[in-house]
Amino acid sequence: MERVAIIGASMTQFGQRDAWIRELLAEAGQACLDDAGVAPDAIDHLYVSNMASGEFEGQTGVPNALAHDLAAMPAYTARIDQTSSSGGAGTYAAWQSVASGASEMTLLVGGEKMTHRTTAESTDVIASLTHPVEYKHGVTLPSFAGLTARLYLHEYDAPRESLGKVAVKNHKNGVDNPHAQFRKEVDLDTVLDSPVVADPLRLYDFCPITDGSAALLFCPESVAREYTDEYAVVSGIGGATDTHVVHERADPTTMGGVVNSSEIAYEMADLGPEDIDVAELHDMFTILEFLQSEDLGFFEKGEGWKAVEDGVTDRDGELPINTSGGLKSKGHPLGASGVAQVYEIYKQLTRDAGDRQVDADVGLACNVGGFGNCVTTTILEAER
Amino acid sequence: MSDTPTENPPMKAARYADGSITYPPHPIGPDGKEPVETVDLSEYTATVVTWTTSTATPPGVREPNSLAIVEFDVDGEPVRAIGQLESQDTDVDIGDDVEPVYAAELRDPDAGIREKESQAWDGYRFRPVE
Repeated sequence: MERVAIIGASMTQFGQRDAWIRELLAEAGQACLDDAGVAPDAIDHLYVSNMASGEFEGQTGVPNALAHDLAAMPAYTARIDQTSSSGGAGTYAAWQSVASGASEMTLLVGGEKMTHRTTAESTDVIASLTHPVEYKHGVTLPSFAGLTARLYLHEYDAPRESLGKVAVKNHKNGVDNPHAQFRKEVDLDTVLDSPVVADPLRLYDFCPITDGSAALLFCPESVAREYTDEYAVVSGIGGATDTHVVHERADPTTMGGVVNSSEIAYEMADLGPEDIDVAELHDMFTILEFLQSEDLGFFEKGEGWKAVEDGVTDRDGELPINTSGGLKSKGHPLGASGVAQVYEIYKQLTRDAGDRQVDADVGLACNVGGFGNCVTTTILEAER
Repeated sequence: MSDTPTENPPMKAARYADGSITYPPHPIGPDGKEPVETVDLSEYTATVVTWTTSTATPPGVREPNSLAIVEFDVDGEPVRAIGQLESQDTDVDIGDDVEPVYAAELRDPDAGIREKESQAWDGYRFRPVE
């Protein structure tokens, strides 16, 4: 099986945008083709990662719309929905299309248009992924975060401040990301004094509601060399699910989908957590950065909070996490986020991350859907 | 006001051949087989595993909305559930004992995105055991 390369990447400005979903997807798609110097008629497969364009905007059929807008016909196309992990699932689909030999050039575009809805409406669209026994009680994704954070702090004797430090770190990183929704540092007191959203978590423990899009271009490694000398290879990728009903998990502070998807990815890449130089984790809520950093094997269970306290995950630390600013400051346009995570790793590995640049040859992205319900872990390696 | 279990619908959980119980019931259980019987959790008390008070609630949901994950002990077999706390001002903590109390409508079925006819809207909240 030939290795799958990524030869181009793009992301739009994240934040509150005037553009609607079709325009957002086309903007990132076109920029990605330009980045790689690939013509639209070279695209064999075109995947669109998107959770809910029908529910948010009343626009369905977005993959075909994008194929037309980019003049990529007659490319095969499909929409990949895996809620918040649609981008990771799209990365998997794109990798699979090339690895299987079905496609020699696959464009993946992830995007979501959300900010025209009220916070309550957007929260409800996202919460509609829950089981009826959860939904009828008004359970939302932020409330799962509150429930889990309380238990985590209780079980592992972690200080509340450690969660706040995730927000402080990721906001600091976001200052240097020109595409981020928020490019403003926040101090710990601001985080800890912000309004309660899901006790013990407060406003700054949560990512914002965001419009935006991101794209990646995949091809066999032999084709990659026709376009560029510097690219990244998808050396490991794994996807896994956990229970739909969140309370049925034996340990609420462990995300089985993260454990299982990363085991697959590590084995495929013949690497372990100790080999990862930089990682993008799905910090939709600050607590998720702790859970993933532990379930990916970076730190022992219950010790992830100490790494943040000790600066291990700072940009200049031993294992920088969320150099992009994370979902926390970059924003979280649902279908785009998993793609934008891989975008950041690609930029780091191709030494094109500007002021965010760290020294890295191997990077990992972990994209989480629901509250750990579906997860994709992707490992990239630099080829220079 | 009447909330005696006999007059209200059951809080239905499923027991499987290997003894495990899930709430809600699933067509196939953790043992890979169909359930063998139904258990009514409203007849049992539970312990609070964790709780939160959500202040950013979706359309049709009370605000604030206090929620808990609780663990029932059904004759030695643990089974967990999630539900609203009866009091909107949290009156429980991790490890406290609670009992289910029936509510005919947990949120306004007409306000949210979920199709009204697709699911039930009644269920059980939890309150501290006196």
